[in-house]
Amino acid sequence: MCRADEPERKVKDVSPILTPATTHGARTVAALLITAGLLAACGCRKQTQEVHSPQPAGTGSMHPYGGTLESDDGQWVRATKDYANTRYSTLDQINQSNVGQLKLAWTFSTGTTRGQEAAPIVANNTMYIVAPWPNTLFALDLTKPGGPLKWKYDPHPSPASKGEACCDWVNRGAVFDSGRIFFNTLDGYTVAVDANDGHQIWKTHLADITKGETITMAPSVIHGKVMVGDSGGEFGVRGWLAALDAGSGKVVWQAYNTGPDKDVLIGPRFKPFYKSDQGVDLGVKTWPPDAWKIGGGSVWGFVAYDPALNLMYYGTSNPGPWNPEVRPGDNKWTAGVWARDPDTGEAVWFYQMSPHDLYDWDGVNENILLDLPVNGQQRKVMIRPDRNGYVYVIDRATGQVLSANPYAYITTTRGVDLQTGQLQHIAEKAPKTGQEVRNVCPPAPGAKDWQPSSFSPRTGLVYIPHEQLCMDVEGVQANYIAGTPYVGAIDRFYPAPGGNMGELDGWDPIAGKPVWKITDKYPMWSGTVATAGDLVFFGTMDGWFKAADARTGNILWQFKTGSGIIGQPVSYKGPDGKQYIAILSGVGGWPGAIVAGNLDARDDTAANGWGSAMRDLKSAAGGTLYVFSLP
Amino acid sequence: MSSRFLNALVLGLTIASSAMAQQAKPPLRICADADNAPYSVRDGSGFDNRIARLLAREIGRKPVFVWARERRGFIREQFNKNACDVLMGVPAGMRSVLTTEPYYRSTYVFVTRAQDRLQPVSFSDPKLNHRRIGLQILEEDLSPPSLPLIRNGHAGQLVGFESFGTHATDILRAVQNRKIDMAVVWGPLAGFYAGRSSGLALTPVAPQVDSGIPFTFALAVGVHKSDSRLQQDLDRAIEARQADIRRILASDHVPLLPLDRSPQGNGGPR
Repeated sequence: MCRADEPERKVKDVSPILTPATTHGARTVAALLITAGLLAACGCRKQTQEVHSPQPAGTGSMHPYGGTLESDDGQWVRATKDYANTRYSTLDQINQSNVGQLKLAWTFSTGTTRGQEAAPIVANNTMYIVAPWPNTLFALDLTKPGGPLKWKYDPHPSPASKGEACCDWVNRGAVFDSGRIFFNTLDGYTVAVDANDGHQIWKTHLADITKGETITMAPSVIHGKVMVGDSGGEFGVRGWLAALDAGSGKVVWQAYNTGPDKDVLIGPRFKPFYKSDQGVDLGVKTWPPDAWKIGGGSVWGFVAYDPALNLMYYGTSNPGPWNPEVRPGDNKWTAGVWARDPDTGEAVWFYQMSPHDLYDWDGVNENILLDLPVNGQQRKVMIRPDRNGYVYVIDRATGQVLSANPYAYITTTRGVDLQTGQLQHIAEKAPKTGQEVRNVCPPAPGAKDWQPSSFSPRTGLVYIPHEQLCMDVEGVQANYIAGTPYVGAIDRFYPAPGGNMGELDGWDPIAGKPVWKITDKYPMWSGTVATAGDLVFFGTMDGWFKAADARTGNILWQFKTGSGIIGQPVSYKGPDGKQYIAILSGVGGWPGAIVAGNLDARDDTAANGWGSAMRDLKSAAGGTLYVFSLP
Repeated sequence: MSSRFLNALVLGLTIASSAMAQQAKPPLRICADADNAPYSVRDGSGFDNRIARLLAREIGRKPVFVWARERRGFIREQFNKNACDVLMGVPAGMRSVLTTEPYYRSTYVFVTRAQDRLQPVSFSDPKLNHRRIGLQILEEDLSPPSLPLIRNGHAGQLVGFESFGTHATDILRAVQNRKIDMAVVWGPLAGFYAGRSSGLALTPVAPQVDSGIPFTFALAVGVHKSDSRLQQDLDRAIEARQADIRRILASDHVPLLPLDRSPQGNGGPR
């Protein structure tokens, strides 16, 4: 919807509450404590049953944003809200002083009880929701009380795809563009339907489930092209991103993430910043013979786009096979981030966060595009809280890493060398088959998995929902697949020191430090949304949907939904002019598969290692949309 | 209550329940892949299909196949939801199900072209140097023999192959067609293919265990964890029909090792 030529909204000088005290590290702590005390005294948290006080957590500070953001029409047409992936809503009817009165407006059941990871999409007074497999698309009429069903579209995906999906049968949502809704199905199709009446315009088969490929990502539309990638980096697939013509569904270009340069769409425009990414056919040469053909590197995160540079950005997943010992080399172009020309697909730069990935650290996490002062100079950057535990600030024109600061407990690496861009591994934490390695932090799900962060220009903070986990890799256990027996290592996840598996950070991207932290017992697997009411909304795996003060992290409101929350909250303006907050509730995903998949949590290795960590998650499976507003 | 009376009571109950079971024994539902030769094929010709029929008849139950793709998520999505009663070809001692006594033991084998006279005697044989070596891909990883090959410095020579369904024999065809120099393949598949085509030589890998990772496996029948009754019935049937089972396996040229009934089975107690 938002094109490069649309008027841009200045967001400078919109931060009246910001006091000088909060810009100084040492005094921030005192200011936070005082604010917390005032809030407790004023009784505006009546509804709150269980308040976790935020921890003043570092010497970060708040700076109102000096850059520009896309204009906000009150809709929510793509999962990430805008091309910069800020997930920031300018709506401010719901604010710190009245959020305590926030009430449930209406609900809608998706009829499926698998993990609900989709962002509700709002366009032309209609809300669009994609359910987990069988991937029904629902259109709800926002002009009528209770958002009744307008129509639904059922893509009838193959039941076989359920078995191929690694981490529950999730879908991360649809995208609206020019009167059409585009979304993906678990069995490997991209579908375009008419946003008004739900009739199918085209359906294109892209991913082959017989090879272990599925599609779970929310597509993105840039310049009339639908960007879609595959999932399934664990199964010997060869990852790619394809651009489909939005009108016909025909593939315009497809860029693979392993193999020869011509398949990767590397040509004369490719100028990676670091030497380690320069050379001919590295997608072949950084692998043992032919191993790139099954090298993984799928694309299932969110796509960002900078209209001024005309560059799109997305990350690539971990290399395959899992065991790093069988794939000596850097394993290009996995576990890294691409900058490409969206019109031609040509690669412009690449940076590999985790060369020769040892831990299943996908590089698919979101890239938030901001213009920030770095060492006194204004730079066009991307902020990416990576699975490896560092928040990267990367120059998005060149791919140079400007800073990489830890935001989680880390025992596996000692930092990122900014001269070479290299992640500094600690050798004794590298997994070796048949050997026990303990206290590996972060483990396979990383410091943060797919769950997206948000950014508020009013505070200048990035709100990062994430995990604090470690794992032991122990023993070997007999297993088999279709007749062929083998032994595999057992991963066992557990909370990092501190005892909490989940955390939401109010993160200062300039200082590379948190201002505050909210902790939660369970991994924080839901996304966040930041609003101009200086609120951050997020959910927990035991089902609480919460609003935190964007400046202090104090929980100002919370509501218990029917199941655990692993979705993406959104904020929109209804036809009645009111601000609404919407979230899907329904536990699942990788950690929640214990509940959604009815797995045996007595088995420590259930859901690939989550068994012991999630044993006492008291949440029932569900699949319900909750929409909130002021009375 | 005297213990003699208790024994009599238990005996009486046992007789009563087995009499009831005789009256209406339900069919034995066997989960099986429709397209996974030589183990299981839709027409029932796979060796595990034939052994399953044999065992079902031995315990007096009618064999019924439930066709299901035994790929990732299969135990979670099908078996644990009671789609069937038994799974064939499960490694003895696998923890996610209850397993019977094993009904055969086989080994990963080196596969070479006989005319090349390349048969390696172990993972440290210099004949492996600079050769392109095929391995099966199992879920996320290459099969266990990848580990001693890597320790011996051959990581850069390994080539992964799909190991299921119609692609299962690609790895053997690649040896025949000289696309690779040799392969390490799970015995039943290699034996089945080599038995039907000429020119391939099979040599069991050695050693059989390296750094705790086994390359030979004892295969058993899997039942639901609560179904120890069926486990015991099948244990007796496996014992009784040992010779018939071996005949079926031999007809598909499955390389067999002596069945080791020690508790070490597959590296852990049952």
